[in-house]
Amino acid sequence: MTTFIAGQELAPKVFTINRARLVQYANASGDQNPIHQNEEFAKSVGLENVIAHGMFTMGLVGQYISQIAGSSAKVREFSARFTKPVVVPAGIDVQLIVSATVVDVDSDIARLEIVAMCSEVKVLGMAKAVISL
Amino acid sequence: MLNPDLVGRTFVGTTKTTISSESIASFADALGESETTVAPPTFGITISLEESQTLLQDSGLDWSRVVHGDQRFEIFTPLIAGMQVRCDCTIESARVVAGNEIVTVRADLIVETKNAVSTWSTLVFRA
Repeated sequence: MTTFIAGQELAPKVFTINRARLVQYANASGDQNPIHQNEEFAKSVGLENVIAHGMFTMGLVGQYISQIAGSSAKVREFSARFTKPVVVPAGIDVQLIVSATVVDVDSDIARLEIVAMCSEVKVLGMAKAVISL
Repeated sequence: MLNPDLVGRTFVGTTKTTISSESIASFADALGESETTVAPPTFGITISLEESQTLLQDSGLDWSRVVHGDQRFEIFTPLIAGMQVRCDCTIESARVVAGNEIVTVRADLIVETKNAVSTWSTLVFRA
C-alpha cells in the first residue's frame, strides 16, 4: 500500500490527445457530438477547431487517479470544472500533463487536488478526488 | 427556457442498462486504462449522459447549444460488468446568467435498490 502524506506532490503523467483518440472515446462513450470530430462543424459553431470532450480529458485524469489509488475501485469522489477547451488540430498530438498534490489524509482516505495542463494552460478548474487507502 | 416547476423533480428511469464487460473494456481502452474488472471512475457518464440529454431535450432545451460546465462523481459501489443499472435524474437547479441557461442535473445510478453512483452534470445552454 502506498503511503500518502499531506502536502506530497505526486509524479506527473503525460497523456496524448489526438483526433483518433477523440473518435475512439466518442465510440466508447456514446458522445458523438460533432464538435469533437468534425473541424468544419466545430468552426461553424464558433470554435477555433475540434475540441476534446471535457469528459475525455476528465477520463484521462481519472486514469491517473486510479493509478495513484491502485485501482479504479478505490476512487470515491472525483470532480472538475471544464474551464478551457482542449483544442485538437488535425495531425497533431496534444499533450495533457496531469499532476496532483495530496491535500490531506484521514484514517482511510486521501484527498487530492489535481492540475491538468495543455500548452501551459490549465484546462480543468477545481479538480479534486477522494481515494480510499 | 426550462419550466421552473421541473426544478427539484426526480425522473425515475424506466429502463435498465446492463453493463457489459465489452463496454467497460472499450471505455477503459479509450482512456489508456488496462484495468477492466471494474469500470473507470467516469464510466457512469455513458449511462447518465443519454438519460439527462433525453430529459432536458424533452423539457425544451436545445442540445445543440450545450457546453459542459462541470462534472462530479460520488462512487459508493464501483460499477462492474453484469450490473443492471437504472438511472434516475433530478434537475437540481436552473438559472439564467447573461442569457445563458445553467442547469445542474444529478443522475443516480441505481443497482437493485441501492445507489451505486451519483453524478452531477452542470450544463450551460448558450443564448
